[in-house]
This record gives sequence, structure tokens and C-alpha cells, in this order.
Amino acid sequence: MRAFADLFDRLDATTSTRSKVSAIADYLAAVPARDAGWAVFLLSGRRLKRLVGAAELRQWIREYTGLADWLFESAYAHVGDLAETTTLLLARREVAGRELELPLATLIEAHLLPLRGADEGTRKHKVMTLWQDLPLEQQFVFNKIITGAFRVGVSQRLLIRALHQACGIDETVLAHRLMGQWDPGAAFYERLVAADDGEADIARPYPFFLASPMPEDAGELGDPAQWIAEWKWDGIRAQVVRRGGQCFIWSRGEELMVGRFPEVEAAAGRLPDGTVIDGELLAWRDDAPLPFALLQQRIGRKSPGATTLAKAPVRLMAYDLLEAEGQDLRTLPLVQRRQRLAELLAGRDDMLLSTTVAAGDWQGYAALREQARGRATEGLMLKRRDSTYQVGRKRGDWWKWKVTPQTLDAILIYARAGHGRRSNLFTDYTFAVYDGDELVPVAKAYSGLTDAEIAELDRWIRGHTRERFGPVRAVEPTWVFELAFEGIHPSPRHKSGLALRFPRISRWRRDLGLADADRLEDLQRLLATPT
Amino acid sequence: MTAAADLIILDDHGLYCPLGDFHVDPWRRVPRAVITHGHGDHARPGMGHYWAEQSSLPILRKRLGRYAPLEGLAYGQQVRFGDVKVSLHPAGHILGSAQVRVEHGERVWVISGDFKRDADPTCAAFEVVPCDTFITEATFAYPVYRWPLARDVAGEIHAWWQHCAEAGRPAVLFSYALGKAQRILAELTHHTDQAVLLHGAMVDLVRIYREAGVDMLPTTPVADLGRKTSFAGRLILAPPSAAGSKWLRRFKNAETGFASGWMQIRGNRRRRGYDRGFVISDHADWDSLIRTIEECGARQVLATHGDTEILVRHLLERGLEAKPLRAPYGDEEDAGGDQGPD
Ligand SMILES: [Zn+2]
Ligand SMILES: [Zn+2]
Repeated sequence: MRAFADLFDRLDATTSTRSKVSAIADYLAAVPARDAGWAVFLLSGRRLKRLVGAAELRQWIREYTGLADWLFESAYAHVGDLAETTTLLLARREVAGRELELPLATLIEAHLLPLRGADEGTRKHKVMTLWQDLPLEQQFVFNKIITGAFRVGVSQRLLIRALHQACGIDETVLAHRLMGQWDPGAAFYERLVAADDGEADIARPYPFFLASPMPEDAGELGDPAQWIAEWKWDGIRAQVVRRGGQCFIWSRGEELMVGRFPEVEAAAGRLPDGTVIDGELLAWRDDAPLPFALLQQRIGRKSPGATTLAKAPVRLMAYDLLEAEGQDLRTLPLVQRRQRLAELLAGRDDMLLSTTVAAGDWQGYAALREQARGRATEGLMLKRRDSTYQVGRKRGDWWKWKVTPQTLDAILIYARAGHGRRSNLFTDYTFAVYDGDELVPVAKAYSGLTDAEIAELDRWIRGHTRERFGPVRAVEPTWVFELAFEGIHPSPRHKSGLALRFPRISRWRRDLGLADADRLEDLQRLLATPT
Repeated sequence: MTAAADLIILDDHGLYCPLGDFHVDPWRRVPRAVITHGHGDHARPGMGHYWAEQSSLPILRKRLGRYAPLEGLAYGQQVRFGDVKVSLHPAGHILGSAQVRVEHGERVWVISGDFKRDADPTCAAFEVVPCDTFITEATFAYPVYRWPLARDVAGEIHAWWQHCAEAGRPAVLFSYALGKAQRILAELTHHTDQAVLLHGAMVDLVRIYREAGVDMLPTTPVADLGRKTSFAGRLILAPPSAAGSKWLRRFKNAETGFASGWMQIRGNRRRRGYDRGFVISDHADWDSLIRTIEECGARQVLATHGDTEILVRHLLERGLEAKPLRAPYGDEEDAGGDQGPD
């Protein structure tokens, strides 16, 4: 655990991406595989859930230090972070020892995981013993881990770069191996950094290939004949995996959406084994999509009832075939993948095939794009005919050409209470996008959520405040929101160097993870090309 | 206890002793001012006459002008204001810092000024002065504040300086110009004998400390170095007000650090945007506050500076008489302001 705590300190003491990458790579190369596996688990933002509750932890630290409740609570309010408050207060009790050295994996596997489901007395005894025995320098990381709040500002990309630096495996392969759900541990880490993948996990999706915002001058794309256009559907991006007689539906946020879309799972069950389709989940009736709000009702339901299923039936709009007959097709040209997809879905009505639209020139495509709203789509997708299916957001082959207003997917980082009627609710939000590994604020927005969403978000904010600056709460970056705006212009006054006109929240994108949000460079490109 | 019986009250000019007709650390013009120490929020210009501990006089002269009517007192030396006896006692805060002991008849009140209990080679160690009423500062009055040994923190500063040197970068350390900077220079002598560069605002103050016999690392004013000087591998001390200034631009590729008690809290470190935070304070931490109040034996405690409610409530629960005293003293460790998010 000493090595891991040192790694945390190194990451915490620098804002340089390169230093962070080397710090992680050095660590991974130096520790045994079982520790490395858990480190990757924690660094990739995964949490050990349900170890101890925040309320009981507060109770125990008050007991441990003998501080009055109100005094502890004032200190907590002053510090703003439970794990940090706990750590600072632990130091108040002088004990001999505090020299226990446990490997990270031993700490987690032998001491922490058994806490799940143990009775309160057992959990309290264990936590207090570790408070007593672990060195003070390790207590902050320890408390962060047990509160499930370990975060160190490392993006998935940065982690993959570090892994690559540590083991030399291709970054694409690493990204693929890191997707989905896995049990950390020596076996996991050894597979992660093994030269040959061999037997892939049957549930595992491929990393999504993401489109970039269209350059202002469509002519940059060259000959229109080299491109395929489709409608940009307004749903939830998803990968449907059919392998080993099972079906798995993955969101772009790498969340496995088991049981949420039984009709889509049923349809996937009729696919041949060894098939992976990329597409968009849409609420759909007859020949047209239903409003996104209906789809949104489905996202929150872990096992929807008959009424919900009837009110908001969901289909997969398929647009790419990544695997067929167990073969990875991602390096085939898009036209060939689409051809095989069309053959696969021919004659079926339980899955939709995204049709292509064609125009002879870019003006024609621009005119088509203008029709997008009337067709309940967000605009056009332009994909190079011979493009391979790549990893993440790579510019060049896939473009999204949205109709105005423009939208971006940004991350909630700050909240403050509103005014008047809403003065006791957190309703004023600040959103950020990543610039490298740093989140930079890009917009403040006050409107667009329903009262129910505001209430839910308010509760979440109170439970996930990371720091307080007067009335402002900094929250753990977790949620992505789609913001609509009317324009974008340079603004040296802002850290991001740009400002949005009339930003407002158009929806809460629970289906997106942090890596799916737009990045500062996406906005800068919009800026570079004045409208 | 009625207000008339109080040896010290708060009037709109500052802490006032009605029986002796003098103020302590007043913030508006008064004829007679007893000064605890040379920080700007305690020693203000324009008073008719000043009394202060003698080793603080050069500091006060620098702050108040060479013609300020200053009278130096040795620690423990007694002066009379009418029937009231006044003496100054070491507060351990900075060079020449003092607690003010006020005695009348049977009663003794002590005004702590700013104080700390931690070892500090740049000033006389805090002296416990028994009293009935103790007027204490409460800048860091939360149990999360508990200072590490300053010598160890100086070791961390030195290690950081070495780390910057290996990377060929300057290390710019922000700290308050009076007291903190000199304490760091003195503690660093345990780790190195290399010279440190100084921002202009610190040069005279460092000289005053040297003349008072404080042993510190050799120093060079940045202003004495040519335009073409390379600052790679150098440690530069600067006041927090220099952060983000034009002056700072000459230290290309510098890492920045901040030395303050507030750096105990990670959130403070992060949102101020310094690369490193070093926990070193010239104020009492929570344990020191409680211990000092116990040791001086006061039955009544009045708290100034900071979040006094916490300390007051804690003392009330322990059966003492306690209340806040709203004096507009600032907090030199917070210089540079607290920047919320935009
Ligand atoms: Zn002071
Ligand atoms: Zn002060």
C-alpha cells in the first residue's frame, strides 16, 4: 500500500500529463501483478461499492477521536471531504506503531471485500483497526478507497498510455481489454498485459468509434462520392454483443444494460452467435422514432413492466457490423461491413437498419441536413466509404453534422443554489470539458431539467460534494449533460478561451460516461470556423 | 461580570482598556497604542504614541515610518497607565511578537495577539502567563489543524527544491514576507547552505532579522541579478501578492509552492493552483489553542480572528466562560485571497 500511496502523491503533486503517465508506468512495472490489477481498477475510476456507509464512517471517526458530533460536523463542513476530514482527525490520536504494511491487493481482498455484508460490529472493528495500524501517510488513500470516492484525475486514455509504457502492448488492444466488467487480480492483470489475447471474454464489446463535429466547410471532406450519409438518430448509442448463446447490450459509457431493454435482447437472441452490432437505441413505433423523453424513461428502469414496454417500445437502429461469425470485421471497409449488416438483417423487423441518404454534392447534403428536424433526427452522419472501425474519437473518417442549435456533451463540475423559489436547491450548474486531462469550465446553465430531475440531482450533489467554495459545491465529475447553445466565440477571459451563447441543458445523458463527453478541442474546431 | 468591570473592551477603535485609557492593536487613530507585533493588521499608522517589544521596533519603523513615536519595552518590563500595570510577554509568533498582560488590583487579563507554541528559531518562545481572562486568536480553530514539525516541513521544501533543480526548473515559494519567510530561511539551514533568492518585499525584513542575530540561509535579492540570469535550480521566496504578476514571468518554467497553515487542506491547495503546498504556520493550531487556554488558567476566554464560534462553543462545553470578540484582524496567511471557481 505504501507504493500505491506514493503513486497517489506523485499524481496529486503534478498537473503534467507526461509526469502522470510515467508515475503510473513506474508503479505498474514495480509492483506484483495482483497489486497492479487493483491499481488499474482504482485508477480507471471503478469503485469498491458498499464497503461502509458515509453515515457509519462519521459515527466511527467521532467515536475514535472522541470529538463531539457538532465539532466533527463543523470540521467536516470546513474541509468539505469526508475521507480527508477523517484522515486529518485520525492524526489526533497518537498511537504507537502505525507501521502495518499491506500490499494493495491484500488490503482489498483480505481486509476490505469481506466487509461487504458483514455486520456493523465487524466492519467497525476492522476499519478502526486499520486506522490504528496503517501509517498516516496511507490513511488518506485508504479512507478514499473505503468511502468509494477514490479519484485522482486520471483519464482512461492516460491510464492506457501508462499501461502501454509499462508493458508495450498496443493501446488499442489495451483499450479493448479494459472494456466491460472484470475482476481485478493477478490473473486479470496478467491477461491485460499478455502479448496474445487468445480467448476473449464473451461479453466484451469493442471500444466505440466516435464521430467528430463536422468542419464548417464540408468541401474539406473532398469528393462526396467517397462518403456515405445516414441520419443522425437521437437515441442512445449501444453495442449489441451476441456470443456464446448470450446477449449483452453495452452503452457508450461502458455500462452493461442488462434487463433494461428486453425487446432488444430478444431480437439480439435471434442473431447468429459471434455477432456484434453497433447502433442506436431508439424509442420507436411503426415507422418513426418517439420523443427522446420516452426513451429516457426507459433508461432509468432496470426491469420495465408491461405498461412501460407498451408506452415506449425500444428498437436498435443498427448501423455497423463489428463482428460476424466470431470474426473481428473492424478492419474491413465500411461499405463491406454495411453490406454484411444489410444481409444479416434482411427480412427482419425486430431490428432496424439505418438507411443511407445520398446527394450528388455538398450543397445537396446541406439541404438534406436541413430536413433532419422534420424527420426527428439531429442531422447527418458522414462516414468515409472505406473507413475502418477505429477506437475512440479519431478525426477524419466519421463526422457528425448536426442541425442548429449546436449541442455539446459536457460534464457537471460545480453547482450552487438557485434564487427565490429554488434557493434551497442546487439548480445553477457549471459544466466542463476535458482539455488533456484537465476539466475546464465552458458553460453555466440554469434551465432545462424537469423538477423531478432537479430534485434528484440536488440529492446527488449533496451526497457527492468534493469541495465547497462558499455557496458553490464542486462535485465529483460523474454526469454528462447535453447542452444546447446558439453560437460560440473566442473569450480570452475564460480559461477555456471560448464562450457559448445562451447555453441551456437539453438533457441529462445518463447513458454517457466521462470519456464520451466532448473535449475542448472539439469546441475549438467549431471556433476556428466562424458561422 | 459587567462591562464596567472589564479590563479590556471592544470599542470602535479597537481593544480598549478604560481604566488605563490605552488601546491594544487599534485599527483607528488613538492617542496610546500598545502593539503586539508588526503585522499590518495589528500595527497601523497614525497613533499618537506606540509601545511595543523592543526587537520589533525595526519592523515597526519600516512599516510606520522612521519618525513614528515608538517606545520599546523589554519582555517582562512593566509600565503603568494610571492604576493599570502593563507588560509584554513572548508570543512565539514572529520576531518581537508579544502578549499584552494587563493588571489592575486583583485582576489580570492577557491579550495573546497572534501566537504559536511550535518551535521557531527566529523568535522568543511563547510564555504561559497566568490570567483571569485570556483574549485569544482563533485563526485555525478547527481540530483538523495540527502542525507538523517546521523542521520536517523545511525538509520537504528542500526536497522539492532539489527535485526542481534536477528538472532544471526554478522553484518559487510563496510565503508571507514577515515572519514566515525568515522562519523558512532559518529552518532550511538544517538541510542546506545554498543561497536563496528574495523578492524585493522581503529584502529589508530579512536584513532586520539578520541584525537581530537570527541565523538564516544566505540570500540574494532577485533585483541584484542581471536580466540574463538563469534561475534554473534556484529557490526564490516571494510574497503571495507576487503570484500571477509580471515579476514572476522571468522564472521560466517554474514550479510554485505556497507555505501556509491553510495548505493543510487539500482543497485549498488544489484550488489555489500552486504545484505544492507546505503546511507551516505562525499561528496556534487547535491543540495549542486548547492547551494554552488550559495552562494560563483563565476562567473567561474571548476569541478573535477566524471562526471563533467553534472554539467558543467547545470552551463553553468544557465549563469555561467564552464568547467571540469581533475584531477586524485579518489573516496574513491567507494573503492572496481565496479564489472560488468561475
Ligand atoms: Zn500576525
Ligand atoms: Zn493577526
